[in-house]
Amino acid sequence: MSSNSSSQSPVKTTGLHIGDAAPGVAKVDPIIIADNVTRTFGGLKAVDVEHVEIPRGAITALIGPNGAGKTTLFNLLTGFDKPDTGTWTFDGTRLNGIPAFRVARMGQVRTFQLTKALGLLTVLENMKLGAQKQTGENVFSSLLKPLWRKQEVEIEERAMEILARFKLDTKKDDFAASLSGGQRKLLEMARALMSSPKLVMLDEPMAGVNPALTQSLLDHILNLKTEGMSVLFVEHDMHMVRHIADWVIVMAEGRIVAEGDPETVMQDAAVIDAYLGSHQDVDLGVVTGRISGEKTAEVEDLLAEIDAEVGLTDSSAYIADTPTDDTAKEEDTK
Amino acid sequence: MDWEAILSNTASWLISPETIAYALAALGLAVHFGYGGLLNFGMAGFMALGAYGYAISILTFGLPWWAGILVGCLASVVFAFILGIPTLRLRADYLAIVTIAAAEIVRLLFTTQVFDAVTNSADGLGNYHEGFRAANPFPEGTYGFGPWTYNANGWWVRIFGIGLLIIAALLVWLLMRSPWGRVLKGIREDEDAVRALGKNVFAYKMQALIIGGIFGALGGVVFALPSAVVPSVYVTSLTFFIWTILLLGGAATVFGPILGAVIFWVIMGFLSNVLPAMASSGLLPFMSTTQAATLRFIFVGLALMLIVIFRPQGILGNKKELTFVKQ
Repeated sequence: MSSNSSSQSPVKTTGLHIGDAAPGVAKVDPIIIADNVTRTFGGLKAVDVEHVEIPRGAITALIGPNGAGKTTLFNLLTGFDKPDTGTWTFDGTRLNGIPAFRVARMGQVRTFQLTKALGLLTVLENMKLGAQKQTGENVFSSLLKPLWRKQEVEIEERAMEILARFKLDTKKDDFAASLSGGQRKLLEMARALMSSPKLVMLDEPMAGVNPALTQSLLDHILNLKTEGMSVLFVEHDMHMVRHIADWVIVMAEGRIVAEGDPETVMQDAAVIDAYLGSHQDVDLGVVTGRISGEKTAEVEDLLAEIDAEVGLTDSSAYIADTPTDDTAKEEDTK
Repeated sequence: MDWEAILSNTASWLISPETIAYALAALGLAVHFGYGGLLNFGMAGFMALGAYGYAISILTFGLPWWAGILVGCLASVVFAFILGIPTLRLRADYLAIVTIAAAEIVRLLFTTQVFDAVTNSADGLGNYHEGFRAANPFPEGTYGFGPWTYNANGWWVRIFGIGLLIIAALLVWLLMRSPWGRVLKGIREDEDAVRALGKNVFAYKMQALIIGGIFGALGGVVFALPSAVVPSVYVTSLTFFIWTILLLGGAATVFGPILGAVIFWVIMGFLSNVLPAMASSGLLPFMSTTQAATLRFIFVGLALMLIVIFRPQGILGNKKELTFVKQ
């Protein structure tokens, strides 16, 4: 797949958790600890996380089918959205109710699913914007160049260093709008690094990136770990998750349904259910009776479940709507 | 037609107080919209607050002329806070709706009979010139050359206005080359991205609204300095003239608003002279001279449309910016 040997078998960080890997398992050294985080949109409970810990110094993947609440959880943790309930700490500091810009200043930076390169700023300006504690960003001291000239030179040097690493240094004077989609993803990640973060949160870093750039993006994410940063990313590409993640957290319907290292978590029944549905082995033709076949125990289960649901919807569907779903799910996992 | 008179009248608009006032307000709008992406459609309100703040301070409270200017600026700062606190957290288009309504509220408050004792309601304010004229450093008499011959007071107003304009342009230039300006331009492009980089977006937008608002108020002051405060000036169409000027010159430029104001007023001055002259010499049939003079507003509307369609970056705008269509 790649000639780069370091990326072919990245060193996985292990021994991250205490006890058995289960949803909400405690970590040896967590960077984020969240409790009771809920967020509803109208009647829909988009996020309902009882307890989760994100390990420090590791690459954690947050996976789950569409609508599982991954991005919503991301937005909540970074202060871009307000939760209904919940508390969480980042590096020991309480973080719920803190505005997004303060979260970023504490060293927890994020990127976006839809890349947000600042189009009519040059690549270099985009980078410089990422640097923290700039004297020249105060409205009064900005008027006097001698106050910020030295810092500006240092920031530019740092920006060029990072740009060179991401192979964007030749584009420094181009408008960010002229970059390709993949280059914009790279720029967004490079810009996030300007703030020397402790935790980098990447929302679908691979979405819309062409295969040629995928490998270099993967290497960049692995490099973050080597440099001592923690990474949390949302991704749909299972190959990528298996390849670089040290720990995987699986969400479905707002809840965390499984946790573990990538190899075991992919075998987890709850994960397969979340992605493929719980009856992927059952021939629906047999269930409906259109095709004659062996009625296995699974088919019987499903029929019983359907009967139960139909019975309820007839009499009191309106009241019993949610409980039915819940009991059905409990049966599934058994 | 008397071409000499027409051209001389046109040339005088080059440094008229109106031109300087509009240039100041357009510069404020450049800070709001061109650099900060704030859709402020209430510039007339900021200008009205500057003009009334100046006149009322002198007439009602007996303050010196320079204090009147400060009061005008202070009023615009308060107005910026009132507008900004509820709307700057929302999307840009909400600010547009709120500002257009707020500017009308300001104008109607100045026009209503309730505060007649202070604002003189619909009749406006005048006769506040004593203090400003007493501070005139220029000797008595009429001087200048060609179309630019004014008396001492005329020169004092123009020089003072141009001085303010130079300071304002210098401030904008200093701000926009700095990291502060970089953050503001970033907010124009995508405020969530800037927020994710640890910048207090709300504070920056508020600062931009205040700075641009003060320039608008100073424009109102310069507009009021030579003549009187007339409430019917500060209507919504004034806001749109300022927008025309800004888009004509180039929204995200320092000199664009100034160049735009000069071109706008020179063309307006030319048309207001040449159209009635054409009508009276029979070149525009079916039209009285008054009707012909109003024709210029139709041309302004047409010009605004042509600019937005064919040269959206304005005269001084960066042509590269046109290559990329913003999402």
